[in-house]
Amino acid sequence: MPTAQNLDDAPLLEHVRVRRVDGERAFRRRLLELGVLPGTTVRKTKIAPLGDPVELEVRGRRLSIRRAQARAISIEPQSGAPRS
Amino acid sequence: MTPSDPHVVLLGPPNTGKTSLFNALTGQSARVGNYPGITVDRRTGRLQGLDPAPFIVDAPGADSLSARSAEEMITFSTALGLDDAPPDLALVIADATRPQGTLYLAIQILELGLPALIVLTMADELRGTGPNLDAMAAHLGVPVVQVSARTGDGLDTLRTAIQANLKAPRSAVPAITWPEPVADAIARVSPHLPEAWLGPAPSPHRVAALARHALLSIDQDDELEGIPSALRTAVDDARAAAPIDLDQAIVEARYAWLDAESSAWSAPPAPRTMTERVDRILLHPVLGFALFLGIMGALFQMLFTGADPLIGLVEDAVGFTAATAQAVLPEGFFADLVVEGLIGGVGNVVVFVPQIALLFLIIGFLEASGYMARAAYLMDRIMRACGLHGRAFVPMLSGFACAVPAIMATRTMERKRDRLLTMMVVPLMTCSARLPVYTLIIAALFSADATIGIFPVQGLLMLAMYIFSVVIALLAAAVLGRTVLKGPKVPLLLELPPYRLPRLGNLLKLVWLRTRQFLTDAGTVILGFTVAMWLLLSFPALPEPSGGVDSLPEKEAAVWQARALEHSAAGRLGKAIEPTIQPLGYDWKIGVGLIGAFAAREVFVSTMGMVYGIGEDVDEESPALRDRIRAEAHADGSPVYTPLSGLSLMVFVALAAQCMSTLAVVKRETGGYRWPAFLFVYMTALAWVASFLVYQGGRLLGFG
Repeated sequence: MPTAQNLDDAPLLEHVRVRRVDGERAFRRRLLELGVLPGTTVRKTKIAPLGDPVELEVRGRRLSIRRAQARAISIEPQSGAPRS
Repeated sequence: MTPSDPHVVLLGPPNTGKTSLFNALTGQSARVGNYPGITVDRRTGRLQGLDPAPFIVDAPGADSLSARSAEEMITFSTALGLDDAPPDLALVIADATRPQGTLYLAIQILELGLPALIVLTMADELRGTGPNLDAMAAHLGVPVVQVSARTGDGLDTLRTAIQANLKAPRSAVPAITWPEPVADAIARVSPHLPEAWLGPAPSPHRVAALARHALLSIDQDDELEGIPSALRTAVDDARAAAPIDLDQAIVEARYAWLDAESSAWSAPPAPRTMTERVDRILLHPVLGFALFLGIMGALFQMLFTGADPLIGLVEDAVGFTAATAQAVLPEGFFADLVVEGLIGGVGNVVVFVPQIALLFLIIGFLEASGYMARAAYLMDRIMRACGLHGRAFVPMLSGFACAVPAIMATRTMERKRDRLLTMMVVPLMTCSARLPVYTLIIAALFSADATIGIFPVQGLLMLAMYIFSVVIALLAAAVLGRTVLKGPKVPLLLELPPYRLPRLGNLLKLVWLRTRQFLTDAGTVILGFTVAMWLLLSFPALPEPSGGVDSLPEKEAAVWQARALEHSAAGRLGKAIEPTIQPLGYDWKIGVGLIGAFAAREVFVSTMGMVYGIGEDVDEESPALRDRIRAEAHADGSPVYTPLSGLSLMVFVALAAQCMSTLAVVKRETGGYRWPAFLFVYMTALAWVASFLVYQGGRLLGFG
């Protein structure tokens, strides 16, 4: 399995670094202002029972966003051996 | 507020106990009003225990001053005091358990050069020592006080600090390193900033901070009002000319400064062990939904039956007052106006209070405990399919009891569009006032013995009306959300706060504020409507028989009443609209009943009692009224009521906006007559079309 490219694909509870934040300007700006910035360590903490939204942890806060927006948060390739 | 009194503003992110702190600081002096033109609460009060007691405004909870909508702009205008006076002190809240994640707003306030005091809340949730306050104050340049509104710890220190800072204001502009392109963009935008933002003799720091605010907030798609077009153009040009992404550059510079400064005082965020453990149950794929349904079921049960004894008390009290007034006042127009118009109208208002108070008690509990956010998290996927916000679930459910408190409950949503959309569909839900009408029609026109399979037809019909209302409401939401209320899609952003035990004092305060708002604003409109409906149903009056109506034998009095109603404006109106309702299967008498029902749906039953000369003291269980409905015939001898026309009538009652209290409360919540007018027209048109299709379609298929 290739390593996750974005937060939606990221393994649950694993700390990952944000590479880039894309998406529609207003929402992107809110995410940036909440601290979802390139270089910041975040992790996906929950997935709602119906599969959407997902929760992420950033700067000690828990923010739930929809998967479509989580896909717009690109992450750095994870260190360590890629899991098969 | 007198001009000489100090002016304090309270700012902070949501879920940081800002309202608790405000309540603790202001005590009994807290007041709530509206920002002009926007239904966002504007809480004001006096800081207790200080002399002179400063005037304090509680801004809506926000993570940032940057704004996209007029509502978000309130935080900015409150911080600058654009609505009244520039603040003498800004109290900026951050969460002691996770300051690095909640200090962004504070940085923006400091950039503006406002005299500021940072208040770390939620101290009681700290495990371990928390941030080093002295180091923090030294690095941020303004005083830092740590409090717990729950235990009261630190409140005295905070009051002393406020007093000291009002005497000797402290401000400290953060030494943030702005990249070159940001500085260029600020230079382009600065000359076009509005005078009102700048204030008299603005410092260069303030000008630059305002320019950054403009750069982050303004673009072609924003919903901001009153932005000068020159500023818009300047922002567009600056953004287009910038070689880098300005949004990211500005935010990154702020966080880089915060992270550098915080190394001296930071503490790791408090763990969420308990919250995560509870979430494993409450957000569990199976158990979580089962508990959600249980909690919502309990909410509905309390709303539907829990308020009944109190509603009964209110009705008894109104009845007693009316009887007393009737006995005391000399008979005539004035007595009737007082008894049926005014006392009846006040009764129509007060009768909603138990349900409103109860609903806000429950909502306040769910909100403050942290469960409301979870409910939205669980339901988002389902609600989104109809274009509704996850938080629309509780108002929609409450709509099954009564639309009036349900519409007030839309306040749990931040965005105006989400609130409006919910308000426009909540009145379609089968509220309790529709039940007497359904009961009467079903019992009169459908046999109690008839079954489909093993199920009785009567029960199935009632169930069908409930399902019908939900389907139509969701369809209406989907259609309105794509047409009338089409707007820029704002993706969901929800924070699941730690679970907390709500404080009864704060809950009761919320209940009191909401009830008072309802009584003063919506109440007056409902009172006016009641008097108008009474006039419509009573005038022009028929000359009374000698000795008065009461001297007649019961039967004759009822017949006289029926003639008087026919003679009245409502009776004439019923006849006038007959051609429009004939295609639905109704005659003019039903038309009069429907006109009466625009006051409130259940009035249909007593109006029909009057129309048929049985008297107004009938209810949906009255055999006399049921018999009369079965026997009622057209001039040619064919029955007026058939199962088909009954069905058509129920569909009409299900869909028409027959509730002046709902319209009044929509007027109150939207701040004008535009949305209630739209609600009335669209629902009533929908009712006519649907009833037409049912009746004419049924006839084509050979029914009725």
